[in-house]
Amino acid sequence: MTITLKTIQTHHVPVQYYEGGEGQPLVFLHSAGGITGEDPFLKKLAEKYHVYAPLLPGYGDSEECAELRDMLDITLHTADVIDALGLKDPILAGHSMGGMIAAELAAIAPHDVSRLALICPAGLWLDDHPVPDLFSLMPYEMPQYLFHDVEAGTALMTAGVAIDDSEWLKAYLVRNARQMGMAGKILFPIPDRGLSQRLYRIKAKTVLVWGDSDRLTVPAYAHAFKKAISGAELVSIAEAGHYVTLEKSDQVVAAIGRLG
Amino acid sequence: MKFTWFNLMPWPYLPDDFREKHRSVWVDIDSKLFDPAKSHEVYNMYMDLLEYASTLGFDGVGVNEHHQNGYGIMPSPNIIAAGLARRTKDAAIVVLGNSIALYNPPVRVAEEFAMLDCISGGRLVAGFPVGTSMDTNYCYGQIPALTREKYGEAHDLIKRAWEDPEPFAFNGRYNKLRHVNIWPRPIQNPMPIHIPGGGSVETYDFCIDNTYSYSYLSFSGYIRAKALLQGYWDRVAERNTPDESPYRAGFAQTICVAETDEEAERLYSEHVSYFYNRCLHVYPGFADAPGYRTIKTIQSGALSQYAPPKGGYGTLSWKDLVEQGHIIAGSPETVRQRMEELIKGLNVGNIFCLLHVGNMPKDKCMYSTKLFAEKVMPKLRHMFPDYADDDRFWCKPLSRRVTPGDLPAERDLAGLMAGKD
Repeated sequence: MTITLKTIQTHHVPVQYYEGGEGQPLVFLHSAGGITGEDPFLKKLAEKYHVYAPLLPGYGDSEECAELRDMLDITLHTADVIDALGLKDPILAGHSMGGMIAAELAAIAPHDVSRLALICPAGLWLDDHPVPDLFSLMPYEMPQYLFHDVEAGTALMTAGVAIDDSEWLKAYLVRNARQMGMAGKILFPIPDRGLSQRLYRIKAKTVLVWGDSDRLTVPAYAHAFKKAISGAELVSIAEAGHYVTLEKSDQVVAAIGRLG
Repeated sequence: MKFTWFNLMPWPYLPDDFREKHRSVWVDIDSKLFDPAKSHEVYNMYMDLLEYASTLGFDGVGVNEHHQNGYGIMPSPNIIAAGLARRTKDAAIVVLGNSIALYNPPVRVAEEFAMLDCISGGRLVAGFPVGTSMDTNYCYGQIPALTREKYGEAHDLIKRAWEDPEPFAFNGRYNKLRHVNIWPRPIQNPMPIHIPGGGSVETYDFCIDNTYSYSYLSFSGYIRAKALLQGYWDRVAERNTPDESPYRAGFAQTICVAETDEEAERLYSEHVSYFYNRCLHVYPGFADAPGYRTIKTIQSGALSQYAPPKGGYGTLSWKDLVEQGHIIAGSPETVRQRMEELIKGLNVGNIFCLLHVGNMPKDKCMYSTKLFAEKVMPKLRHMFPDYADDDRFWCKPLSRRVTPGDLPAERDLAGLMAGKD
């Protein structure tokens, strides 16, 4: 499956996006970790859909955008991207931070989004289940929160890592500052920008996908989303963590398929 | 030269096994380690020491702001400065500074600094740090990538609040204020301003553009600071700044003075070790929230120069700390020589003297401070004769200032009242 990196102009900045596959158009919004053209989940999606996966400004080597400061800016920018791609009411899917943006967009423009897939989205806060502070985690501490199979997840995250090479480290710090700096506008220090009071507006047919072993946004959040979005269906996936997209790609694609 | 006696106000009762049992001295430090009753003594001791230093000829006494921090129990330096404004006579009150992105609205800083300036008779030297990532992002929840923009706006607002004689509306992105018109107004106009920085290129330019002094407050000493301050001076030259006055820069240095080098080690090494081993034990995840530093700064490679030494401070002996210049310690002559190297090497006119270190008790601190003031400082006074008259970066107090407590005797009140009729 060929995934191609393309660029499209939007009001604020040129936006990079990955495109591939054929079928119904589906827009996939990535998590705070970002996405590449090699992403196995993206490839799986592209086997079934015509996938568009735009990068938030600052992700990959895309241009940063200082004008995007808060959730409304970012949500409207995402609507701009979908417009610029010439899409009308595509299936809207998002993972984690991307799920939060997708939910915001579906709440703000309920008549423009009729099918919504939220894969362990961020955006809510439950005092009894505080989300770990992703921003202060050292890289080696992350896999335990992100994967069901921590060992395999660690191997995935540390492939190609050369922490003793100062050039590699500088490039890593720059990438991390660009990407997570952008993510911080949405998620720091608490990933709650008031979404809970807007979820009632969502009219889309919604499927929630959650890994049973998600230790970043624990399954209690799945139930909070389900309760808040009328008619939402929850698909819980066994032996999968926050990166359910990587750990159980096929099941996530199948769950999205329930949107028709 | 301007010498400021500076106190971080470390908590002196961190346990011996602090490093092993606790992950960080900052942000999520165990609250059970703080003893409010003991803090009563600690705070008053530190304020006594600041007042004591002000009687020995230091040009200023200095305080700063940290939050949720075991080596700096001073979330509000202005409270300490208010005490100093009353209890000291001539020394500058150097507040280095208020993290202006954290105040809502930042006119609060304009007001409090104005109050300090008025109470002290124009002795305030003001500082505007961006604030560390630990303080600003992790403790006070500011979004890292927006911190500098918010800081810049706060700065513009405060400056205008001080300088604009008319009430004005301020339509900022982070501050919407229809009526800005602070009372009181500061005595000094312009206010001397020092900006603590940690290697951000943007901060160099900010200082150059506004004629502010750039302060590098590190704990790793003057040898390791060389590259960073050279970066600043290179930038000063590059930008065609009208002069390279050493008062455009300041540096904080840990200093320990005794009669002899041996005595210095005997007296102070445990306190220095306390500071470097326990006080600087910060969980690395809190060091730098992504987005807090600009890409330009990361790319400049400056970060590696002020990262802790490889292996951390914990592995360094007294000898290492002295030889690598993290601390300047020894006899008055040893300290003088090394201070001279520092001052010339970095071209700095403002020295923030960290003469209280870690869990140092007050008697030792007084001893070291007095030796520095009497046997070292006088010999370093005239290092920059070409810039002897450069007063742009220091306070200009009123020539006639009141003496606090200058009330008439109660017994005279009746007579005074009668006289008034």
